[in-house]
Amino acid sequence: MRKIFTALFVVFFGIVLLLGISRTIPLTKYEDKIVPTSAGGAFIEKKVNITTENYKDYKDVIFGETRDAETGSANMVTSVVVNYRAFDTLGEITVLFLAAVGVSLLMGGSGKKKRLGKSGFILKTAAGILFPVMLITGIYIFTHGHLTPGGGFPGGSMIASSFLLLYLADEKFELKLKGFKVAEGVAGTLFIVIGAVGLMAGGYFLMNFLPTGTVGNLFSAGIVPIIYVLIGLKVGSEITGVLSDMMTVEVHE
Amino acid sequence: MIRLASLILILIGLYGVFSTRNVIKILVGVNIMELGVNIFIISIGFVNGGLAPILTSGSFSSALNFVDPLAQAIVLTSIVIGLGITTLGLVFARKIHVNYGTYDLSKIGGGSDD
Repeated sequence: MRKIFTALFVVFFGIVLLLGISRTIPLTKYEDKIVPTSAGGAFIEKKVNITTENYKDYKDVIFGETRDAETGSANMVTSVVVNYRAFDTLGEITVLFLAAVGVSLLMGGSGKKKRLGKSGFILKTAAGILFPVMLITGIYIFTHGHLTPGGGFPGGSMIASSFLLLYLADEKFELKLKGFKVAEGVAGTLFIVIGAVGLMAGGYFLMNFLPTGTVGNLFSAGIVPIIYVLIGLKVGSEITGVLSDMMTVEVHE
Repeated sequence: MIRLASLILILIGLYGVFSTRNVIKILVGVNIMELGVNIFIISIGFVNGGLAPILTSGSFSSALNFVDPLAQAIVLTSIVIGLGITTLGLVFARKIHVNYGTYDLSKIGGGSDD
């Protein structure tokens, strides 16, 4: 009976949602005009036919040539996340930190603890080979967050998954979590310190006060790669802490 | 078309949240709903013929023919918040199972004084 009522409610809600959205956003066709992306530093309103010949005539960002762009990040999602909306990202990692604190408060008790799961020979052998590769790939992803797809959050998750592999492969494996907690706290504090330096240097919190360099270089985009490395370390150590909390259960006698 | 599909995903997730009292199934429903919302936000930023908003050296790429990067940045935030919600929810489910021996919210009941 309840499922029927729920289904009717969901259908009703869906019709309301559909009618409400379709008044403002077309549901089946997409925007045809070019949206001026402020992140790229390109503010051309009318639609222009860009080809491989004439694209340098327009005021545009060119990989490897443009110097001292507004953000200097080749990945424009990164320039939104870590430069223009860096304050949002600070709130985002605060939410993640609160989740990690909640998990360690609820899962960590004073009782006797026991690890879950058993591992086989194949997993044990593969973990030794895969762990360094996954760790290095994670570090690569968050140091190149301003050039390639990825960034601090996927890189940090990949680092945490490499430690999860170690946990799965060995039942006796225990991480020294104190180092991870210190890394997490230092990374979070440095994020705020960099923001405060921007406040003193230029007038607003998390301002990009360093020179942005050439678009496409590893050392470019000012504070963007620094903050993304800090976010990567913070997210990696946080999720590793959550995973190690979840891998152990309290034993109740 | 993908916007309609994402609306259907949101509704499936909503049905999953409301039709059951199992905590794990509610969390699965929340995740499906979140996936639908993320796909919807991404589809708002889509432009016909647009490329991924990353400048590359190899081929011709320009900031003028990119899709809107703002929607993708918002979805990045939303994914991380979703991870936090799922983690905390799973731990709450685990605590409920330890204390009451069930994942069913309707079987928990109140305290001893009601």
